[in-house]
Amino acid sequence: MLTAIGSKTVASVAALGQWGVFSWQMLRWLLPGLVQWRTWVRAMPLFFEVGNRTLPVIMITGTFVGLVLAVQSYDQLRAAGFEDRMGVLVTLSLVQELGPVLAGVMVAGRVGGALTAELGTMRVTEQIGALRAMGADPIRQLVVPRFLACLLLTPLLTFFCDMCGSLAGWFVAVMLKGIPSTQYWYYIAYAIETWDVMVGFVKSVMFGGALALIACYKGFHCRAGAEGVGRACTESFVFSFIVILITDFFVGTFFSGLFRSIYGFKSLV
Amino acid sequence: MDRPTAAIGDAPANHESIVRLVGVHKRFGNLLVLEGISLDLRAGETTVIIGESGVGKSVILKHIVRLLRPDRGEVHYRDQRIDNLPERDLAAIRPRFGFLFQLGALFDSMSVAQNVAFPIREHTRRKRHEIDKIVKEKLSMVGLDGIQAQWPAELSGGQRKRVALARAIALDPEIILYDEPTTGLDPPRADVINELIIKLQRELGVTSVVVTHDMTSAGKVSDRILMLYQGQFIFDGTPDEIIHCQDPRVRCFVEGRCHEEDLKSLQVKG
Repeated sequence: MLTAIGSKTVASVAALGQWGVFSWQMLRWLLPGLVQWRTWVRAMPLFFEVGNRTLPVIMITGTFVGLVLAVQSYDQLRAAGFEDRMGVLVTLSLVQELGPVLAGVMVAGRVGGALTAELGTMRVTEQIGALRAMGADPIRQLVVPRFLACLLLTPLLTFFCDMCGSLAGWFVAVMLKGIPSTQYWYYIAYAIETWDVMVGFVKSVMFGGALALIACYKGFHCRAGAEGVGRACTESFVFSFIVILITDFFVGTFFSGLFRSIYGFKSLV
Repeated sequence: MDRPTAAIGDAPANHESIVRLVGVHKRFGNLLVLEGISLDLRAGETTVIIGESGVGKSVILKHIVRLLRPDRGEVHYRDQRIDNLPERDLAAIRPRFGFLFQLGALFDSMSVAQNVAFPIREHTRRKRHEIDKIVKEKLSMVGLDGIQAQWPAELSGGQRKRVALARAIALDPEIILYDEPTTGLDPPRADVINELIIKLQRELGVTSVVVTHDMTSAGKVSDRILMLYQGQFIFDGTPDEIIHCQDPRVRCFVEGRCHEEDLKSLQVKG
């Protein structure tokens, strides 16, 4: 049993190292590629794939999370006499935590799996080998545009998620519970600061980049056959999900500590 | 006819060697695929490598274009050693090779024209109308001009291989590597591919390496045949010489007979 645990640990560390090398190679192509129009030409169809096709799912998710947050919190806030601050709870939760995490998870599920399947199939059918044989670097051709699309569009999708959630909270607060609309927005404007938006933005950028690198790495290293591609897709989503949650914790803790050391404690009530 | 094993694969002194493999070893996990093979590819010749399925023929092709790196041994292109070059430096050498993959490996997300144009766009700064002209010319060479707008999914197996061949010759390579070019095709379509290999060799004067287990194809297109068996070349000669070779391992393959051990394993106990 110890041997099994040991070999699994060694394999996991080796895979992590390979992923690190893969990410480094991508970065080496990304930086000069940013000023080459070909990079953006390659990325354009992927912007459509990642952005347009994920937007409806993200908006639905954001809306229902906003509705649930508002409905669940209303009674407790009312008991404490803070029901007019419901918008703060809903919007702050979305902007700092739920928005980036939900958008990241939805992109990982909707796009990450598809990227892994596409690249895995390309590997299995030797299309990636063909690129190399023609003197074209597959990481530059395939990974850089996908990374850019996920990196740039996850924050944008997060914004839509936050917006839909906040509007859903407004619907519950104003239309169903009778809280004045001006108070709902006033407390949001009072409580939510640029810092909060920045934290959410940084998180969503990191989630987008991480899930793109995981999805592409899994596609590039999948085993042969339909089973290999299927397994790579599952692993891609599971790893992305775990990495998003772990990153969320560490980034959240870091920024929370940083905020306290710069501005001190800020009460929202 | 059957040369000593140490000399098998080497080029005669009077031939110009364009690619040279020296003592190449390759292992995948516990499986030793290549056991110190040496090979000289002679300029302008069509060399066919035959051998049983899974014996490592395609692995040799992938070493030539450095898609695989040998565990031990050296790979030379002209006077340059390429097995130790970093991936970025290989980008300048690889356009000198055309590689026809077993399944064609056409890019699904690109049309036929975009597939053939891909290496031209990647390595030259030609204008669009020039690229279109080259694409048309290359597709004409494989007898498929007019299908530029079609997608790989709409093509038959034979057409896919011919389009892949047009892509492989798009940059006028010095060496064309064919990985099982006739596998999966019916005999007439397989013969079209054979004729194309001969035509390209004649018209472009390229050096060709064909990996196959199709003896009809090997006999038709080759100037030289090598047989790979258990990680080593056991035969190196002309198509005429292989017909008269007395090595039982070669005879079994040429005549399409199974080995004695395989026959024994098939016997059902009464």
